Amino acid sequence: MLDRDEDILKAAEDWQKAGRGVALATVVETWGSAPRPAGSSLVINDEGTFLGSVSGGCVEGAVVTEAMDVIQSGKPKMLEFGVADETAWNVGLSCGGTIRVFVEKVG
Amino acid sequence: MKLDILHELNAERAARRPVILVTDTESGEQRLVKAKDFARDPLRTELEKQLRMGKSASVEAGGKKLFLNVYAPTAKLVIIGAVHISQALAPLARSLGYDVTVVDPRTAFASPERFPDIPLIAEWPDTALPPLNVDAYTAFVAVTHDPKIDDPALLHAFERNCFYIGALGSRKTHAKRGDRLRAQGAKESDIARIHAPIGLAIGAVSPSEIAVAIMAEITAVLRLPPKEKEEAA
Repeated sequence: MLDRDEDILKAAEDWQKAGRGVALATVVETWGSAPRPAGSSLVINDEGTFLGSVSGGCVEGAVVTEAMDVIQSGKPKMLEFGVADETAWNVGLSCGGTIRVFVEKVG
Repeated sequence: MKLDILHELNAERAARRPVILVTDTESGEQRLVKAKDFARDPLRTELEKQLRMGKSASVEAGGKKLFLNVYAPTAKLVIIGAVHISQALAPLARSLGYDVTVVDPRTAFASPERFPDIPLIAEWPDTALPPLNVDAYTAFVAVTHDPKIDDPALLHAFERNCFYIGALGSRKTHAKRGDRLRAQGAKESDIARIHAPIGLAIGAVSPSEIAVAIMAEITAVLRLPPKEKEEAA
């Protein structure tokens, strides 16, 4: 069993307790050669600091931007990235896979 | 994620207890299910399957799209005996993702030259094992061939309910071991849990092949559903 985002969830709790707005992004589905398996996660705070990874670097920027909205609104969002996506030209996965990422507010 | 759920999730992970976080990905609603509560959960089949595989997945149930995020502790492997087989077993187990520790009070065997980069404890099991926090997510292998070392270690593994317990030796050797352990108060059900002769029957000859047979057996116990597990063993 490989490392399971140990400190990410700890950081989510610590940041939230320190009064920061925090969002958690989690890979919930993958198709094709997605770089990170379902369950991989990224934690983001309202300063834009993030830990972890949902794609090994390909789409983190876009996820962080969306996470800022989620921290504001409190409403969860489902994001999809991949070659079939319009945004593929900007932030698609170079490996040809597709991933769905669930973004939720913490707290 | 509500803060109380996150807090509980972190506490369970720190205690090395497996849990699955169930998220309704449309409403955002969540609940945390502990492994001990799986049996009475409506999703028990899916929960048990995903935990056994150590894999998170999206499922559909009752018209809802649910994401099952599996938090399983990193499995440990404790090897009693810094012998030739262990030199092959330790790196193989590590490559499979196990946290490996080798215990052997005989310093001639338990030397860092023989086990580069593997945590090594040159102490008797009574001293070495308690701090290792051997638990239900630990596979336990006794391969010294020396009852003075293997027997107390096996008694510790019974007590800690290791998911896999294996011991080196032929059927004859194992029968004698059973008698000794019984005399030291081990239950019949505990003795029955020992995989001996150790490893899947693949005709292993060399230490490396025996290591493969052992890890194959541990993998089968960890991943297969109970019925298929019996057939493999």
